[in-house]
Amino acid sequence: MTAVALTVNGKAVTGDVDPRTLLVQFLRENLRLTGTHVGCDTSQCGACVVHVNGKAIKSCTVFVWQIEGANITTIEGLAEPNGPLHPMQEAFREHHGLQCGYCTPGMIMTAIDMVNRKGHELDDPTIRHELEGNLCRCTGYHNIVKAIAAGAKAMKGHVQVQS
Amino acid sequence: MYAFTQHRPATVRQAASLLTKQEEAKLLAGGHTLIPTMKLRLAGPKHLVDLSKVEGLSGIEMKGRSLVVGAMTTHVEVETSPIMKESIPALAGLAGKIGDPAVRHRGTIGGSIANNDPNADYPAAVLGLGATIITNKRRIHADEFFKGLFETALEDDEIITKVQFPKVNKAAYVKFPNPASRYALVGVFVSKRSSEIRVVVTGAGANGVFRVTTFEEALKKRFGPKSIEGLTVPADGMASDIHGSAEYRAHLVGVLARRAVAAAA
Repeated sequence: MTAVALTVNGKAVTGDVDPRTLLVQFLRENLRLTGTHVGCDTSQCGACVVHVNGKAIKSCTVFVWQIEGANITTIEGLAEPNGPLHPMQEAFREHHGLQCGYCTPGMIMTAIDMVNRKGHELDDPTIRHELEGNLCRCTGYHNIVKAIAAGAKAMKGHVQVQS
Repeated sequence: MYAFTQHRPATVRQAASLLTKQEEAKLLAGGHTLIPTMKLRLAGPKHLVDLSKVEGLSGIEMKGRSLVVGAMTTHVEVETSPIMKESIPALAGLAGKIGDPAVRHRGTIGGSIANNDPNADYPAAVLGLGATIITNKRRIHADEFFKGLFETALEDDEIITKVQFPKVNKAAYVKFPNPASRYALVGVFVSKRSSEIRVVVTGAGANGVFRVTTFEEALKKRFGPKSIEGLTVPADGMASDIHGSAEYRAHLVGVLARRAVAAAA
């Protein structure tokens, strides 16, 4: 077993884990933050995307001890429990950028990372290229792309609640 | 996944010593090949030697007429580095087409080269630019480094620390990505440095990355796509699988080489 300490959504957390524990397992099973999903478990589908020190990564492909001390943001950390949604979440709601919702947490975390790197004015080809690591098996991507373009604009001036 | 013990050395020397002392030890860089392979139980190292705490293994700097890239430099760092974009834009562009954004945040150049996946992008650039691989023991020229499928010249306790890329006059990389994985079904890297011309193919060869000397000779007379018009590589020796036949890959080599030369010229 190995001891780990991280900051998750602004809170210090610790755990004593088997070295094989992946970040996504730690989030879901130890911390019960089940908003981060496991889709393919082979680093392809993007359902498990979270931010590690502000960068989008696939939490199914990182051992939790590899990122000891890091600052993690998950989908649960984007908005206060009873407060307004994050602008990107709101844009997904508004544009119906989901059907079953399984891929949505990863889509939203990827979308926010995209805005952080590429800015608030995102055209269609850019969004589709940047979404290569996120799969949606319900509807195709049309409304997801629309939601991200709108969410990117709406994020201007938005201050992240924590982390 | 089989159980393992993890180690987090602070120096290359400690890492190398762990590789020697521990049985069935493997280096862990970004982990974006090794961890999926371990999940499938295709790899079961008893010891993982993580390089992320070793100082001085990442970053990009100009040294004379070369760009030196630390082994633990991530794909996104190569993609967005101002000095890389200015000096060898073809290499920055190649890094930006590996996998997807989340993969590029973790995957490293050293990890990719050491693994030498026959469909990976970086081996094409390393061989295509005539780079030198610097390890804890020696300097290895790209021509001597890649030895076949997942095989390199690296010894068991040898660790890549840097990769040195010479600046070239012209270079371009064009790939036909596998629609699912984004690995290169076929990728062609071309470069011209004074009289030295390189045409390198990844993804297609049954034995990994290779140079196309017939195309290189033809381009010596004039570096333009017309010089290699009609030239082909034999299907014999190409990989053949559900993603593409040997004939199809051989055809793509010609098409992508012409496109790469056009983009570089």
